[in-house]
Amino acid sequence: MIPLLFAAFAAVLVASSLLVILHRNPVTSALFLVLAFCSLAALYLLLGAEFVGMVQVIVYAGAIMVLFLFVIMYLNLGHDVEGGVQTTLRRGLGWVVGAVLVAEGAMLLARGMALGPETPQSPPPPGGNTGAIGLLLYSRYLFPFEITSLVLLVAMVGAIVITRGRTTPAGPARAAAPRAAAPRAAPPATPAAGPPGTEPAGAPAEEVHA
Amino acid sequence: MPALLANPDAQFVLWALIKIVVILFGLLGVVSYLTFAERKVAGHIQARTGPNRVGPFGLLQPIADVLKLFFKEEFIPAGANKVVFHIAPMLAVIPALVTFSVVPMGPNFTVTDLNVGLLLFLAMSSLGVYSITLAGWSSNNKYALLGGLRSSAQMISYELAMGLSTVGVLMLAGSLSLVDIVHAQQRYWFIVQQPLAFIIFLITAFAETNRAPFDLPEAEAELVAGFHTEYSSMKWGLFFLGEYANMITISSIAVTLFLGGWNGPWLPEPLKFLWYFAKLAALLFFFMWVRWTFPRLRYDQLMQLGWKVLLPLALLNVMVTAVGLWWAVGR
Repeated sequence: MIPLLFAAFAAVLVASSLLVILHRNPVTSALFLVLAFCSLAALYLLLGAEFVGMVQVIVYAGAIMVLFLFVIMYLNLGHDVEGGVQTTLRRGLGWVVGAVLVAEGAMLLARGMALGPETPQSPPPPGGNTGAIGLLLYSRYLFPFEITSLVLLVAMVGAIVITRGRTTPAGPARAAAPRAAAPRAAPPATPAAGPPGTEPAGAPAEEVHA
Repeated sequence: MPALLANPDAQFVLWALIKIVVILFGLLGVVSYLTFAERKVAGHIQARTGPNRVGPFGLLQPIADVLKLFFKEEFIPAGANKVVFHIAPMLAVIPALVTFSVVPMGPNFTVTDLNVGLLLFLAMSSLGVYSITLAGWSSNNKYALLGGLRSSAQMISYELAMGLSTVGVLMLAGSLSLVDIVHAQQRYWFIVQQPLAFIIFLITAFAETNRAPFDLPEAEAELVAGFHTEYSSMKWGLFFLGEYANMITISSIAVTLFLGGWNGPWLPEPLKFLWYFAKLAALLFFFMWVRWTFPRLRYDQLMQLGWKVLLPLALLNVMVTAVGLWWAVGR
């Protein structure tokens, strides 16, 4: 039963992964990637790793791929743009990396290492492995775990800074010419009481408009 | 044949199929009468009678509606992406049905007691975005696209608060299995210890199901009909079905997490499932009540509420619960 299901989901996984790179339409490719993630989650479930399987769906299929799809849809990418130096470069790089990967796989197969290490066939704990993962994450791997969350936090703050940097200074930048000479110490909250010669009446109106 | 039936694998598959069929048809029946109930409730709230022509008290109205849907013309817009256009309505129904496989309806009345049941619910609700986004995009219609865009932004924003609001319950129950969570509420329901989380969960549930006052994806005054503008016939019917199935599923999860599931006084053990159905019916009525009494939020209000109110409150709730647990255990 389980080997049968495993074979079925593995076949779906391989086929959808192939279609991700072979299909011309980016949206369809992204959808096949979602299918690949879901069948991978099914494989995890069959291997008794329920937590990893569910997190695979939540994180990859539910969050990351939605954002991918968003970008593809709303940039309105139709088909791949053909021709040009970039395409040639991309093709060349693809061939090189692909050749390296195939060589690696062939070497592993030749040495008989493809099967990987044998996992111990112990029965899973009664509560599933979620508790075990949580315990390890918050005891032995606490430091890497916290570092990872810090990295994510930095990425988030960075994204906010980048997007805000593009929108907010646009207002003052347009109104900057008369204000450039104004002393920096003038509090922006009280433009009417600012030093003379800074056109206090014009600046706030510009800001409101922006 | 007897040899096949003796095979445990075959038995497992057979039982699973029977349970699936029962749940599927039960849910479809409940959905069709939920639309009837919604119209009756709406009528009552607006001081009119609601549907009362087809059959006694209008009870055959859902059947007439479904027949009408089946016989309507099926229209596919010219510039549509045909395959995605067909897949999107199916994706609206599937996640809700899958989630229902882990909902404990009574003692020994669950399709499967998965030890990551709550995660399955979160995973399926995160997949629910696809149907609306894809429907909006594949229709090749600007209103549909705008509706899909709004809906995906809304659902992604509210998913976080929803996930965090369930964390308090998880900490109290100490398990991700929904059956264990129900068992942990035998003395008192988690709504007693987690009132804030319950309110957050309920609000996000309205947003996740795209129901009023969060029905911006289909705001008819601005977007014609939103993401399903171009859908007709039974494809539109599937979106409708999906909305109600999602409503039932999310109410079931709310009952399980906060309202004690099938726990309740008086009834003997085999009839406890009636408590679950009673609570579910009350929550579903609450959904309708809210829909017909509250105005729609503006888009910026929706985002403000999600990111600046609900998410910090849910985080605060997790922290307070953690401190409370630490204090209670440490004493």
